[in-house]
Amino acid sequence: MEPVQQLINGLSLGAIYALIALGYTMVYGVLRFINFAHADVFMLGAFIGYYTAPLVPAETVWGGLAVLAAAMLGCAVVGMLIERLAYRPLRGAPTLNVLITAIGVSLLLEYSGQVFFGATPRTFPELFPAQRFTLGSLVISSNQVLVIGVTLALVAALQWIIHRTRIGTAMRAVAQNPRAALLMGINTNRVIAFTFGLGSALAGAGGILYALNYPSIDPLMGVAPGLKAFTAAILGGIGNIPGAALGGLLLGIVETLVAGSALSTYKDAIAFTILLIILFFRPAGLLGKRTTEKV
Amino acid sequence: MQSNTEPMPRHTPSPAPLTRGQPPACKINEPTALAVDDLYVSYGAISALRGISLNVPAGAIVTLIGGNGAGKTTTLQTLSGLVRAKSGRIHFLGEDITALAPHEIVARGLCHVPEGRMVFPQLTVDENLSMGAYLRKNAAAVAQTRDTVFTLFPRLKERLRQSAGTLSGGEQQMLAIGRALMSAPKFLMLDEPSLGIAPRLISTIFEKIVEINRSQGVAILLVEQNAKLALEISTHAYVLETGHIAMQGPSPTLRNDAQLKAAYLGG
Repeated sequence: MEPVQQLINGLSLGAIYALIALGYTMVYGVLRFINFAHADVFMLGAFIGYYTAPLVPAETVWGGLAVLAAAMLGCAVVGMLIERLAYRPLRGAPTLNVLITAIGVSLLLEYSGQVFFGATPRTFPELFPAQRFTLGSLVISSNQVLVIGVTLALVAALQWIIHRTRIGTAMRAVAQNPRAALLMGINTNRVIAFTFGLGSALAGAGGILYALNYPSIDPLMGVAPGLKAFTAAILGGIGNIPGAALGGLLLGIVETLVAGSALSTYKDAIAFTILLIILFFRPAGLLGKRTTEKV
Repeated sequence: MQSNTEPMPRHTPSPAPLTRGQPPACKINEPTALAVDDLYVSYGAISALRGISLNVPAGAIVTLIGGNGAGKTTTLQTLSGLVRAKSGRIHFLGEDITALAPHEIVARGLCHVPEGRMVFPQLTVDENLSMGAYLRKNAAAVAQTRDTVFTLFPRLKERLRQSAGTLSGGEQQMLAIGRALMSAPKFLMLDEPSLGIAPRLISTIFEKIVEINRSQGVAILLVEQNAKLALEISTHAYVLETGHIAMQGPSPTLRNDAQLKAAYLGG
């Protein structure tokens, strides 16, 4: 039963990586750069949860969902602000400039976080009624079920938005050919802002779900999961939305399986080695297509 | 079949003959749809357009011909707001649109079918068409336009669920034009619609262009390397040479111009 237990633990960790990875990959899709500040939006999601939790009845489903919604909304606003203030003025500038700006925004968020929230880790409150289900030797916490359930729901909603709505189709159009999108009358700035909002909302949900399972939060908490989610996005094929979800799940499972073995000290080293091997054979990522850039 | 359209076969008479010889009668004092006045554009230190002025009367087909790098594409890109003019003014239906954003220009009915077609390769034909109607809110009117597009290009209806990237060059050009029509334009700018298309499809595309102009009253500014073909369907032509207008006049006149013949029409 031990491997099954690890698989469940890995799935719930991987689901969080997947939520964050989606934001990286969507922004890459429309703007062709990595938004390094994305991991810190994830951190802000956890802190928004920390500060809004006392305002709702503790350990109730509706209270928990309200906190989740607040974090998603708050992060969406933060993400769109970052885009508006930091990245939009650089539209048309070389990608390297935008990347450096992204690192700057990331540091700004992390260290203003330390100023406003303090550097000491805080204990994240229990938001939902917590339960443990035992099935033989399997132990599953309600928070793990929650992570997987919420992630599934959010990914399904995302797929619906991207494939069934006008703005979602416009997102794909902008990702495929921004100039042609302009000629369709698409206000690409608005679509890009929407993309940031959507990705940041998912990161905000990820922040809450992560904090529920690892209830110690601090302003630098985004760094490690952010790096892994970024890797997951690359693993799945950067710019590819199902790829990001798959990459996140896979990374979470591999990491947890290694952590549960005798080699647990080397879990990150082994997980990343596996990734390197996968990328060696599939340089464009698992679901990425090798495309030649057209002029 | 890929890109070699250079040795154009003589334009064979088609079942529905174009305006061979006899251009549509152009009324004098036709109101101007598009007026471009002394347009200058530069990319950094390189000047691309040096004082372009041109007029397109409402309901007319006007062509812009010239060699590679003459500035034809830059002209269209400036008109659609993709490229900013350094100086000069663009008036569309009497309104100054020089400083407008591309989506605002589309909203006014000036629609640009770019060179290389630029369909969204991973969207279906259906989704590509719906992107063309992005700014339109009236679903019933959009559905009506779709039917018009399908009447014009029945092939698109057959390929509705297919990714646009899997279409042939000619079909992609039909999609690019159909997609532009979905915005219910008053004015179409077509950049090299014959480029990279199987020769037998070129005459079809050009017939459709004439049909769009005739039946819907859409004015057309046509950029073409295939000057012979462009002069056949247009009423007026401008010849662009390294960023300025070298020659202009009624298309039938230009067609017989010895100098132009030597330069663009293959003698």
